[in-house]
Amino acid sequence: MKKLVNDPAELVTDALRGMAAAHPRLRVDLASKVVVRADAPTPGRVALVSGGGSGHEPLHAGFVGPGMLDAACAGEVFTSPVPDQILAATTAVDGGAGVLYVVKNYTGDVMNFEMAAEFAADAGIEVASVLVDDDVAVQDSTWTAGRRGVGGTLLVEKLAGAAAARGRSLAEVADLARRVNAAVRSMGVALTSCTVPAVGHPTFDLPEDQMEIGIGIHGEPGRHRVPLAPGREVAAMLVEPILADLDLTGAPVILFLNGMGATPLIELYVMYHEVAALLSAAGVQVVRNLVGPYVTSLDMAGCSVTLLRADDELVQLWDAPVDTPALRWGV
Amino acid sequence: MTDSGEGHAAPPDPATDEEAGEIRAADLGRWLREFARLVRANRDLLTALDSAIGDADHGLNLDRGMTAVVIELDAAPRISSPATLLRTAGMTLVRTVGGASGPLYGTLLMRMAAACSAPTLSAEELAIGLRAGLDGVTARGRARPGEKTLLDALEPACAALDSALAEGTSLGVALHAARAAADAGRDATTAMVARKGRASYLGERSVGHQDPGATSMALLVTAAATSLGEPADSATAGAPGSD
Repeated sequence: MKKLVNDPAELVTDALRGMAAAHPRLRVDLASKVVVRADAPTPGRVALVSGGGSGHEPLHAGFVGPGMLDAACAGEVFTSPVPDQILAATTAVDGGAGVLYVVKNYTGDVMNFEMAAEFAADAGIEVASVLVDDDVAVQDSTWTAGRRGVGGTLLVEKLAGAAAARGRSLAEVADLARRVNAAVRSMGVALTSCTVPAVGHPTFDLPEDQMEIGIGIHGEPGRHRVPLAPGREVAAMLVEPILADLDLTGAPVILFLNGMGATPLIELYVMYHEVAALLSAAGVQVVRNLVGPYVTSLDMAGCSVTLLRADDELVQLWDAPVDTPALRWGV
Repeated sequence: MTDSGEGHAAPPDPATDEEAGEIRAADLGRWLREFARLVRANRDLLTALDSAIGDADHGLNLDRGMTAVVIELDAAPRISSPATLLRTAGMTLVRTVGGASGPLYGTLLMRMAAACSAPTLSAEELAIGLRAGLDGVTARGRARPGEKTLLDALEPACAALDSALAEGTSLGVALHAARAAADAGRDATTAMVARKGRASYLGERSVGHQDPGATSMALLVTAAATSLGEPADSATAGAPGSD
């Protein structure tokens, strides 16, 4: 394992120190591993809190700032944050209009945010939660923990953050977040496993000539393993399950081509070309896009495709100003 | 987290007279310390099992949490009520473990605490507490036995403990029966298809792998058998059972 770390046990804390040094408009609490907008709370505005295991950077702390999240809680690598952290973030950002939790649908995240919401209610803070479960790789939700929250999380956080910035109520922001989640789908592929620094070796074995289709973002293996194929064939393996799951014609669509961490941008653009061509042939009208590593899985090589069936309002919210370390436009 | 006050004007401890079946806070502390020891000893195994069907962190996370529990127990040596000790340990796990294991193990101990209000516990009260913990874990995880989770070790352990005590056996014999049931439940997870947690994303591919949560839960029951029950003839401590 070759990693730029000091002590693997201090990885998350050391990275948060770096975020604090690089982004003075963030307030980083190293003890509770919570990243908060330095100007929080904003009185009278709904606040957004998210979080999850570390290793997905820039998700979530890189999305803290005007127009997106008010706070992010960093768990250990691939491990949910704990209720105390989430409660600390909630208390720090509550401006009296309530707090929305954006929670990726993983068993641990769901339970820890649920316990935090119980504690927050005891403290008199109004909390609503939205679960993100956009991963079409998980097909049979009756027999699983349900679809996972992956790339769609970024769109939920951006669009709900824009709605909150416009002064909407907690119920309205939560409704919008759920509407986005209902209209967004993702599918990913891994070319390599990732290596959790504290473990020191790859999480799963993936032979040189194989790839894993339908991976999540925690180094958990995917649904099936197939021989390595050219980019255009991989693009079809990602796009077709999404189109089979959700009709994307007749609406403006936002396409997010995400890198898993170790795949260079030049390959992501190869994939963007193939995905855009497939969508065009299928009559899908892409009106906005995002390309880059935003919802990563440490040093996993691979990518994911996220598609949102939007409408005029959602496109306007996408275009609204955002000013965070990782996403910044309109400012 | 010291429950000062109890340490000073402590009433005569009814359990110091070697009364059979009386379990004190200190005994529960020995149980959790033994569990911490087993988790540490099996940390790499738990993580290896988790990397096959999960995300390779179960051993690391539970070891971190139980290390914190031992520190809490060391810092508060005078905790003399079972409920306070169990609640302290449960809150510590919720605070330090994260993932799904933190809320599940934390809820187990916190619900046990709520059901164990007596200053010392009889064997039956311990079993009632464990059953309350099982109910709490079931609700928190929205899971049932047979879904390849820690419930597959915990539920048979509770059932074996209850039925052994109902037959009038000693706590030691009953806990060893619970241990055997937990181990068998853990082993049975290998053939199961995961229906909960991250392993469920694998579907049929989860078959053939022992569940890491059931494995650590069997260690908790083993720790109870070796620290709370009389030593049994053939008991070998700490064998995780996964080749």
